[in-house]
Amino acid sequence: MITLEGITKVYRTGEVEVPALKGVSLHIPEGEFIAIMGPSGSGKSTLMNVIGCLDQPSAGRYILDGYDVSALSDDQLAWIRNRKIGFVFQSYNLIPRASAVHNVEMPLIYAGDNQQRRERAMAALESVGLLERAGHLPNELSGGQQQRVAVARALVTDPAILLADEPTGNLDSESSLEIMKLLRDLNQQGRTIVLITHEPDIAAFAQRVVRLRDGVIVSDERSAVTTEMAR
Amino acid sequence: MSVLEGLRLAVNGLLSNRLRSALTMLGILIGVSAVILLVGVGNGASVAVQQQIQSLGSNLLTVFPSNARSTGGVQQGFGTGSSLTLDDVKAIANRQTSPDVVTAIPSAGGRAQLTYGNQNWNSSLTGTTQDFPSVRNYQLASGQFFTSGEVDAASKVAVIGPTVATNLFSGADPIGQVMKINRQNFRIIGVFAPKGSSGGFNNQDDVVVVPITSAWSYLLGGRGRNVQQIYVEATSAEATTAATTEVTQVLLDRHHISDPTLADFQILSQQDVLNSAASTTGVLTLMLGAIAGISLVVGGIGIMNIMLVTVTERTREIGIRKAIGARRQDILLQFLIESMFLSGLGGALGILIGFGLAKILPLAVSTLPTPVISTPSVFMAFGISVGIGLFFGLYPANRAARLRPIEALRYE
Repeated sequence: MITLEGITKVYRTGEVEVPALKGVSLHIPEGEFIAIMGPSGSGKSTLMNVIGCLDQPSAGRYILDGYDVSALSDDQLAWIRNRKIGFVFQSYNLIPRASAVHNVEMPLIYAGDNQQRRERAMAALESVGLLERAGHLPNELSGGQQQRVAVARALVTDPAILLADEPTGNLDSESSLEIMKLLRDLNQQGRTIVLITHEPDIAAFAQRVVRLRDGVIVSDERSAVTTEMAR
Repeated sequence: MSVLEGLRLAVNGLLSNRLRSALTMLGILIGVSAVILLVGVGNGASVAVQQQIQSLGSNLLTVFPSNARSTGGVQQGFGTGSSLTLDDVKAIANRQTSPDVVTAIPSAGGRAQLTYGNQNWNSSLTGTTQDFPSVRNYQLASGQFFTSGEVDAASKVAVIGPTVATNLFSGADPIGQVMKINRQNFRIIGVFAPKGSSGGFNNQDDVVVVPITSAWSYLLGGRGRNVQQIYVEATSAEATTAATTEVTQVLLDRHHISDPTLADFQILSQQDVLNSAASTTGVLTLMLGAIAGISLVVGGIGIMNIMLVTVTERTREIGIRKAIGARRQDILLQFLIESMFLSGLGGALGILIGFGLAKILPLAVSTLPTPVISTPSVFMAFGISVGIGLFFGLYPANRAARLRPIEALRYE
């Protein structure tokens, strides 16, 4: 599903070159729920940007669902993001002037997919349990509800992977649990999920935890054990 | 993303900032309505001038005596000569030598003081012959014009214009009344119908017309029996060029001048006047349009300014849209449609307001010529306003489209 081979990313700040990723290789098979952990500055955000096709690696190969993403143009990357990746951000990133259902159907608009657009958006909202809030604007919803709308938006194009970047970072523990259970359910239905977090509690929901430090993978372990909270 | 979807987004975006959108639109609105109104006024002035000239008769030629030469060969001012005579008029009117001429009339006159009872009026006096009404396009409202017999007899009869009738007789019937022209008694036998061209140039309704013989004998004392102008009626407006050639030949022959460049007369056709007037008013219209066009450009810059602010404000939104799959062209289209919608709507409202002002303004300012708004100018104004939205929206929209998604998403 996802194969990263020797991914490096170097940022240039004036004269100084700052390496953010120093050769990361990772394989994520289909249907896996993987958490990427690491302290700030470890390069996990950069890795997430690369996996999410928001940024191109400086070197290395990245194969996503059979597409070699390392060598695509801006518009081709947009297409990949639209069809293959569903994003869930820490700060929800809903468009404030658009209703919940309009936010959810937005990826379909850019996909040029007009067939039963509204129905598919409503179905996605239903799957996160927010059907009755379809007409509400984001600021009329609670944080947990907004994040569920964001998950519905991520799901609506039926992407290959769901990429969640600190999805619970802005939520209270109750809402966090709700969202994580939602992600776990989705994974159990066969969805590949890449979770980026620095909280061990949240990472515990994943089957596999990859730890990053200073731009390299320091550990990669499968956890059969899940925490109390995740159960 | 379809255009319809873009339009929906644009309306949505504009509605979220109503006051700002309205103020931005106002710039284009004022520009377009100014263009519509001012070009309309220019066209109106052009039409008014042409109508006025046309009412003199578009098939009219005017023969002036040219610069008199003193014995030393020094040229004097235009029309100072006295080379034209009544016999010249008769020769020009001869259909044998000049087939394109219907008839010709002499004219001699000046300012005249008119008195009736205790009323005084200063008017323009013309001495002429019986064909004056047909050559100069005058209709009689009442009474009749003088006959050739009255011209030959130098009768003291006069026909007056409606302005004179109103000012001297204030409502009473002037026919048959005797008024004084420069202290000479003249009987009024007719009143002209209004020519409807008051204001500007010479007022053609403020005239008093007498037989040229009577004018010579009683009113223009000391200036001799000379003809100041000859009006020639050509068979049609198209025949004026041919008629000019014929009249020139007749007069050159009669005055024994072999070199046309030394002619002691000049011929001016109404067509010449019309053409020069048209080019003058054309320049006027262009100038008014250009001034209004400047405000349109300023309005366009206003749109660009606001669009740049909007793009900055929505950087994060652009990032989100790009993250979920919007391509460059989708973002470009969204902002282009927004700016074009803004300017297009402003343009449409501006056209309406321009129309309204064109109707209302002449009622408030009576000296303003009635604006004439042509349909092409309306379409052009709308097209230009949408074009301005496109032109001035291109830079901000392009800037939005080129934003990199990770940077846009990070923007607070």
